[in-house]
Amino acid sequence: MFDLIKKLSGSFGVSGNEEEIREVIRSEIQGKVDKIEVDALGNLIGVKKGKGKKIMVAAHMDEIGVMATYIDEKGFIRFSNIGWVSPYYALAQKVRFKNGTVGSVFYEEKLEDMKDLKLSKMYIDIGAKSREEAEKRVRIGDVACFVGEAVMQDGGNIVSKALDDRSGCAVLVKAIESLAGTENEVYFVFTVQEELGLRGARTSAYRINPDIAIALDVTSTGDTPESMPMEVKCGKGPAIKIKDSSIICHPEVRRLMEDCAKKLCIPYQLEVLERGGSDPGAIHITAGGIPSGAISIPCRYVHSPVETVNINDLEDAVKLLNECIRDFH
Amino acid sequence: MLKELTELNGVSGNEDEVRKYIKAAVEKYADEVKVDSIGNLIVYKKGKSPRHKVMLCAHMDEVGFMVTGHAENGFIKFKPVGGVDERILPGKRVVIGDRKIPGIIGCKPIHLQEREERGNIIKLKSMYIDIGAEKKEEAERLAPLGEYIAFYSEYTEIGEGCVKAKALDDRVGCAILTEALKGDYEFDLYACFTVQEEVGLRGAEVAAYAVNPDLALVVEGTTCSDVPGVEKYDYSTVLGGGAALTIMDRTSYAAKNLVRYIYNLALKNNIKVQFKQTTTGGNDAGKIQRTRSGVKVASISVPCRYIHSPVSLMSKRDYESCRDITLLVLNQFNKNQNIIQAIMNGGEVDV
Amino acid sequence: MDYRSLLTDLTKHTAVSGHEREMSLFIKQLFGKYCDSVEIDRFYNVAGIKKGCGDNRKKIMVTAHIDEIGLMVKSIDDEGFIKFSNVGGIDSKILLAQEVIIHGKKDLTGIIGAKPPHLLKPEEAKKSVKIEDLSIDTGMGGKKVKEYVSIGDVITFKSGLFTLQNDKVGSKSLDNRSSVAALFETMSHLSSVKHKDDLYFVATVQEEVRLAGAIISAYNIEPDIAVVIDACHGDIPDAPKEETYGLGKGPAIGLGPNLSRRLTNRIIDVAKEYNIPHQIDVEPGNTGTEAWATQVSRAGIPTVLVSIPVRYMHTAIETAHLGDIKNTGRLVAKFIELLAETEVN
Repeated sequence: MFDLIKKLSGSFGVSGNEEEIREVIRSEIQGKVDKIEVDALGNLIGVKKGKGKKIMVAAHMDEIGVMATYIDEKGFIRFSNIGWVSPYYALAQKVRFKNGTVGSVFYEEKLEDMKDLKLSKMYIDIGAKSREEAEKRVRIGDVACFVGEAVMQDGGNIVSKALDDRSGCAVLVKAIESLAGTENEVYFVFTVQEELGLRGARTSAYRINPDIAIALDVTSTGDTPESMPMEVKCGKGPAIKIKDSSIICHPEVRRLMEDCAKKLCIPYQLEVLERGGSDPGAIHITAGGIPSGAISIPCRYVHSPVETVNINDLEDAVKLLNECIRDFH
Repeated sequence: MLKELTELNGVSGNEDEVRKYIKAAVEKYADEVKVDSIGNLIVYKKGKSPRHKVMLCAHMDEVGFMVTGHAENGFIKFKPVGGVDERILPGKRVVIGDRKIPGIIGCKPIHLQEREERGNIIKLKSMYIDIGAEKKEEAERLAPLGEYIAFYSEYTEIGEGCVKAKALDDRVGCAILTEALKGDYEFDLYACFTVQEEVGLRGAEVAAYAVNPDLALVVEGTTCSDVPGVEKYDYSTVLGGGAALTIMDRTSYAAKNLVRYIYNLALKNNIKVQFKQTTTGGNDAGKIQRTRSGVKVASISVPCRYIHSPVSLMSKRDYESCRDITLLVLNQFNKNQNIIQAIMNGGEVDV
Repeated sequence: MDYRSLLTDLTKHTAVSGHEREMSLFIKQLFGKYCDSVEIDRFYNVAGIKKGCGDNRKKIMVTAHIDEIGLMVKSIDDEGFIKFSNVGGIDSKILLAQEVIIHGKKDLTGIIGAKPPHLLKPEEAKKSVKIEDLSIDTGMGGKKVKEYVSIGDVITFKSGLFTLQNDKVGSKSLDNRSSVAALFETMSHLSSVKHKDDLYFVATVQEEVRLAGAIISAYNIEPDIAVVIDACHGDIPDAPKEETYGLGKGPAIGLGPNLSRRLTNRIIDVAKEYNIPHQIDVEPGNTGTEAWATQVSRAGIPTVLVSIPVRYMHTAIETAHLGDIKNTGRLVAKFIELLAETEVN
């Protein structure tokens, strides 16, 4: 599992620019599903055919990042955010453009008060001495992701950038590999542009029009010093989503998940997320209503280059997902 | 045509005047002209041997206001429709309703302002429109509750090839779409003149669902802030810099291969083109991209300074660049419909 | 019709957004009195269908949402205090010293207390309290509470309907139960009239969170016209006159880009013709109601919005005028009855 996470999280896939991660995932699932498609927005869909119910399982391939918007005469690059990027998390981080160019993010030192720190007062330094030199490596519109190679900590925690939602993608890949014993038709959808407003999920759900949808995404935890109060903790099992700011999960989907978890004695938690939406938020109101829910992976420091998940939660999520797929009728 | 279009009033929700004018202008070029439930004008040109559906989109509506109340002495309270910067309102001429009752957004003379007041902006809540009425009943009769109010501004050519007018956003798009309709195409063309873009891209959502295109081009007026006091990296677009292509804004991420195709086509044909350098704002492309199973979209815009005000300013040459590149793209599609398929497939397409 | 009794029943049932099942069953029973058939969909929207008798029948959908705002259990500590989150928009200021009901395995009464004033620091005393600093006291220890309550359980305000002067009533969730009562009134009027078109009376879910019920119902039913009944702000001394509507002055008819002008003008004409008291609600943009969803469903649905003035919206006790409910029901019924063939596009 760790090797898969390392491979997936290390790939480039900032929202709207998911080409690389899509190919990486495609090569992982090739031959393990009956059909692979890419739709108009770039969603990657792997289908395991079946005669039973239609199930859509979704995890988003895209990650947050930044886009170069302006290059000044000295070669420093101004940027805009892609998805929700905190200026504090971005400060003093390395970013990597698609072509490999690495830059450092810093801020205008004359800033009086750190409280006023915003992305428009920051810039990227790629070590160029002039605009002409910079433009050889980075053009306006080029995007960069944060740098944060995956590392395993003793105790089972994995630290990396883009665990939101490459960990969900990893769960899907593992589920595809180990799924057996079901007549249901399963659409494994690796969605795009979730960070920009759940866009890929919406259009793919419309096309597939499943009987039920289950998403695999990360959720915040409340187990760090002075954290916002929340019951979910890293390492205590996958979380079953009750609600977030984009959806109140369908009670039957929730019940399916809880029953399956109890049946297999998988530890699980219940998630009430106050700030943050996810793909099921777009899916459930598409095409006349699709009962939706989510299995969430507890993740510390979401949207930072040091996102942290526990490997056992991931393994349990795979087991839980497959049981739900088998059990749904 | 742009003069006539910008001088018509079409605040979001009340686009009748503009729609009527455009309908009359395009009917002779169309196979079918329809007005849908929300008020979009959908103009269909059947292709000669169509393999694809291309949607062109421009919105007919402009920002404005609505009457929300009347004061005892005949003054009128109002609220904005769409995004309007409150600071620009004091002292502006407006026109109310279909009867075009003239009014002004009154402003307290500085002599009468308290010292502290002088440094502050006036909040819209405390502004009022004066139509010269003397009693509440008169105001209610001439400007009833819910009546739409538009800015008053005459189309004027100023400076070196520049134009000042209200509603350049997005009558420029409407004018360009009308031009496009004059051509004949192999593919099915739907020119959608949408409504209510300014209050939430409403018309486009409905039009895109109904048309269900393979590809869409949105022609817009966009922010241009290359003025004193703005940092260079916040300019967004530059007046005179040519047709502006959006990479990403708050509502859509343009299809990269389509944008690159348009950009390269422009360069090859010496049409001036620039990239929009900020990622704020949004337009109809946002809703079209998300329709049904998803549509590849791109936005081509005319840079407009002081957008959403009665004195928006554009360069005629930028308008022409925008028109030329739009027509050229359609022309290329016309010569070879495979290009459309190639773009839909997601790969890079050579010009 | 005994509105007081109907409203008492409607407000007695709880239906926090996303948890409307129990209410849906009650509504199904209620609708059964006047409708040819009643269906509950997968999301617990309840649709009562009344077939019309004309040729070329069109579909008219009338909606009123049944969900209410509420709270949700977020965590339970060892002493039995419950931390909670909000479902739908709630001003945390109104939560202090509030009685609530926690709907766990059984209903438990709880109190959202407040830190005693003499223990407050001076800065604290001036600021409004934040929801994360509040907790519910159940009067039980942690272990006992956890037997009945789990994370995700919903919580409602404890409040029974009571009467005020001049035909007004006070209760929780008059947004939107007053509209449901009006919907029922519309249904009862139309039951004695030969209406041309097929009518779909839909009690929708999850309006307070995502307009999900309206989005789903409109998509599935595909009506030709949508009439939305919701609540608007009632008049209070400290709010601007242009944004509030008088209790007892009749329903407020929405006017603006979100609504069909043609149909809105028509319903205003009907109100004038039949002397039904009404007000005009100017909405320059998003009305914040299901009309925002229905107007752009699929290829678009012309929509009309009628709202009942409700004071103190989204607080524990809202107030409304029974006469407004009656007039709203009458107005919508008359509007539907008189819709000429040509008007239903």
